[in-house]
Amino acid sequence: MTLSWKTGGILLGMVFLAAVLLVKPIGVSTQFVIADGIIADAISPSFITETEEGYTSTNAYMAKSNGKYAKNASNPLNYSFVFVIAMMAGAAISSFLRGGVKGGEKTMPNIWRENFGDSALKRFAVSFAGGFIIVFGARLAGGCTSGHMMSGLMQTSISGYMFTLGAFGAGIPIAMMLYKKSEG
Amino acid sequence: MTTIILAIVIGGAFGVVLDRIGATNPKYALKMLALTNLHLMKTILLAIGVAAVAMFAGQMAGLIEVGHMSVKSAYLGVFIGGLMLGTGWAVTGYCPGTGLSAAATGRKDALFFIAGGLLGAAAYMASYSWVKSTGVLDSMFGGKATVATIPGTNYPALFEGLPGDIVGIVLGLGFIAIAFALPNKFVGSKEPHGNAQPAK
Repeated sequence: MTLSWKTGGILLGMVFLAAVLLVKPIGVSTQFVIADGIIADAISPSFITETEEGYTSTNAYMAKSNGKYAKNASNPLNYSFVFVIAMMAGAAISSFLRGGVKGGEKTMPNIWRENFGDSALKRFAVSFAGGFIIVFGARLAGGCTSGHMMSGLMQTSISGYMFTLGAFGAGIPIAMMLYKKSEG
Repeated sequence: MTTIILAIVIGGAFGVVLDRIGATNPKYALKMLALTNLHLMKTILLAIGVAAVAMFAGQMAGLIEVGHMSVKSAYLGVFIGGLMLGTGWAVTGYCPGTGLSAAATGRKDALFFIAGGLLGAAAYMASYSWVKSTGVLDSMFGGKATVATIPGTNYPALFEGLPGDIVGIVLGLGFIAIAFALPNKFVGSKEPHGNAQPAK
């Protein structure tokens, strides 16, 4: 059901290549900021404002790089945001076609259950906290696994190596400590 | 309009492939990081290698526009952010792209991941001015730096004078070689304290 690493690796590589060939390197985590911008601007319309030169925001991060993020949050029908929506749709269709995620796996992966028990509340709380630290970290880093690790390493970016060193440097020892039980 | 169609096609393909390589199932990322099943690690390394070799070879042949490259800045926060992301990744089994995709496949815990992610992004937006004032966003290695000098770009290079496209192909072949050389697992399920360490 899961592709062999050879087939999967070549297909994944082709997607990253196609992105650079046709548009620009793949990245995902910026779109969490854009989504926040859309929400904030819907609640408080003065959050993003149009100026003579483009867009700006009352938030310094949204306004940086000449209002690039403010502009994208004002116009969600842009390449990077639609890309992420399409990615989710692609994953949903692929998953549906192979039978979907079933039963208890929907609430938490079995490997979590084996190591930490059956409490949905516990898994949900940890997933929430994990999402917080991951996206905060990705924004601090200026990219995530797709933007820094995959797109960065393929372009021989120094930042890609720095990010990868950090992500695996923390990830490997922590996962080894936490996930001692697994069916192999 | 063309760019929107490209976003749908490339984004859609990315989502399908993420699902089919097992990246929407946190199990594979967790086992990769716990070194009990390196299937996903081998997949990722091969993908980076294949993409790098094809991109730089395509540039040398004049088939790929060098201007489509986009190298990100190097600064201390990249490493610190990597440590933070790695921490959350090792606990949840999700990263931003795979968490969003996993939610789309019907995983409820991934919805909580997304909610946390939106709050994390908001917290970064709110603290950005302070983060900047600490200096962790100050450029290192000249900013948008690459390993060697890539023809047709202005990216500063760690090894100036070395041809960046050829170095890119060599590094790409290196990633492919590591993908083939890595065993399926370093650590047995019965012996979580094995001595074997990853090559990288």
